[in-house]
Amino acid sequence: MSVPVLSIQNMTHYFGGLKAVSDFTFDVPEGVIYGLIGPNGSGKTTTFNLVTGIYTPTQGKILFEGKDIVGQKPFRIVHKGIARTFQNLRIFSNMTVMDNIRVARHFTTRAGVFASFLRLPGFIRESEQVREECMQLIKLMNLEHRAYDVAKNLPYGELRRLEVARALATKPKLILLDEPAAGMNPKETEDLMKLVRRVRDEFKVTIFLIEHHMKFVTGICERVKVIDFGETIAEGKPEDVVKDVKVLEAYLGRKAVVC
Amino acid sequence: MDKIKLPKLLIFGALFYLVVQVLILTGVLNGYFVVIINRSLIFVILASTLNLINGITGQFSLGHMGFAAVGAYVSGTLTTIIFKLNPHHFADNGAFLVCIILGGIGAAVVGFLIGFPSLRLKGDYLAIVTLGFGEIIRTILNNIAFVGGPRGLLGIPKFSGFTVIFLFTFFTIVLLRNLVQSSHGRAMLSIRENELASELAGVDTTKYKVLGFVVGAFFAGIAGGLLAHLLQIAHPTQYGFYASSILLIMVYAGGMGSLTGSMIAAFSLTFLTEGLRVGIDWLRDSVGIPIGTEWTMVVYALLLIFIMLFKTEGFMGMRESKILIIEEKRV
Repeated sequence: MSVPVLSIQNMTHYFGGLKAVSDFTFDVPEGVIYGLIGPNGSGKTTTFNLVTGIYTPTQGKILFEGKDIVGQKPFRIVHKGIARTFQNLRIFSNMTVMDNIRVARHFTTRAGVFASFLRLPGFIRESEQVREECMQLIKLMNLEHRAYDVAKNLPYGELRRLEVARALATKPKLILLDEPAAGMNPKETEDLMKLVRRVRDEFKVTIFLIEHHMKFVTGICERVKVIDFGETIAEGKPEDVVKDVKVLEAYLGRKAVVC
Repeated sequence: MDKIKLPKLLIFGALFYLVVQVLILTGVLNGYFVVIINRSLIFVILASTLNLINGITGQFSLGHMGFAAVGAYVSGTLTTIIFKLNPHHFADNGAFLVCIILGGIGAAVVGFLIGFPSLRLKGDYLAIVTLGFGEIIRTILNNIAFVGGPRGLLGIPKFSGFTVIFLFTFFTIVLLRNLVQSSHGRAMLSIRENELASELAGVDTTKYKVLGFVVGAFFAGIAGGLLAHLLQIAHPTQYGFYASSILLIMVYAGGMGSLTGSMIAAFSLTFLTEGLRVGIDWLRDSVGIPIGTEWTMVVYALLLIFIMLFKTEGFMGMRESKILIIEEKRV
């Protein structure tokens, strides 16, 4: 069996005295769409922040392609191949769509500061190449009519796609999507599901997502993990998990299940 | 074959230079106005490099004049020594250029030493550190007898003429423009826009904050050197918090992140300062109202309040003049 892309082992995280994540152990196999679901405050975004290096776990290991990444700076983890989007959009709103995406490709470029000061030929060639590559991403996300618009003028749905494009621009092996369907209507959600599948197939990436939207999760994820108050309550295929009593309790309350 | 197009910035720069030069030669501009124009050009360098730190990278530095002081004293001391050793052969501008660049390098080194530990701080804390830095530089200069102490560094040879200052300003703007509109510049801008997202787009945010600081300090050092060789004196009080805050007003008035804005603001505010001085002298001497030049600061404070209330984004906002935009093919 091949090494899972992401392997989390006994990860625990405290905020002061509050146990936000309690002894998580799970693997995200290569090429799957993996969902992490749970009610508000159950530790989903904290898990993402731990994986991307924004927080350092109190205990436990996070292995990316078999290597421990705990304690590394977030941008180093991005360079290794983990990209993410945010629940509350974090767009560079005064920059154009193209520039938003180009920033994420920046670390792959080799031209130094002096080359950019003097606009040396090598620097210009590389910039052109980066721009063409980014244009491809923009086209994939159906944003070509917006390429040179300032991001703050874009509607919400397009900003969501822009964030996915920016994450893809870092050439990741694993993408973390934090509530990608938040605030979307059913039609947009359906388009997003198609997009996520397409991204997985075309870029050969593994997708790890957080979502509240049950229909989205059952429709797209191949494996899910359900958590509540930092504890794992179920893991498995989505169609099995939604029948789990503990899951129903967590979502609907104990009484609803008993009745 | 493609038609060779001269860059707009080059045309604009050449035109500006020619017009001023012709006006000087025909005697329309007297020495007083030439000094004001030279000062304006030096302030263009200072304001636009402070804009690189505060406007584009989104940090908050209050001690930009400290770097100018380092540049002024380093280059001023060097040229004074050389001048004393060999007054007759110092006609060539080569040694002067080397001294100015060394002043810039000195400021950049200081910028790195200050920036590396303190750019981990955010917002107000960084402002306090840089404010303290500016005052420390001033106090140190005040207490070193070798560079004149509170008397200031006197007898600096006059090497900065309009041509030299113009060329330095022009190249500074070209280099800054190239940097800002490169992938490195976009990385800096993304830190201002959203530091966390920038980090998670793979940008080494600490490195780029320090880079902005060091590049800004380098050019500020050059500007300081030019100023010292224009006024033939470097004095600790020239580089205090008062001067740094005028630079800040220039950056805010022109627009955070707009080099065009900083250029316009540097010119208008330098001329405004002179205008106010003349106006205040007139009020005191002819009208008899007992006020001094310190009232210019009141006008600046009011201007800053006005900007904060009614024109938060400054004169240009984030926009750049077409002259400063490097055109890209749009595929």
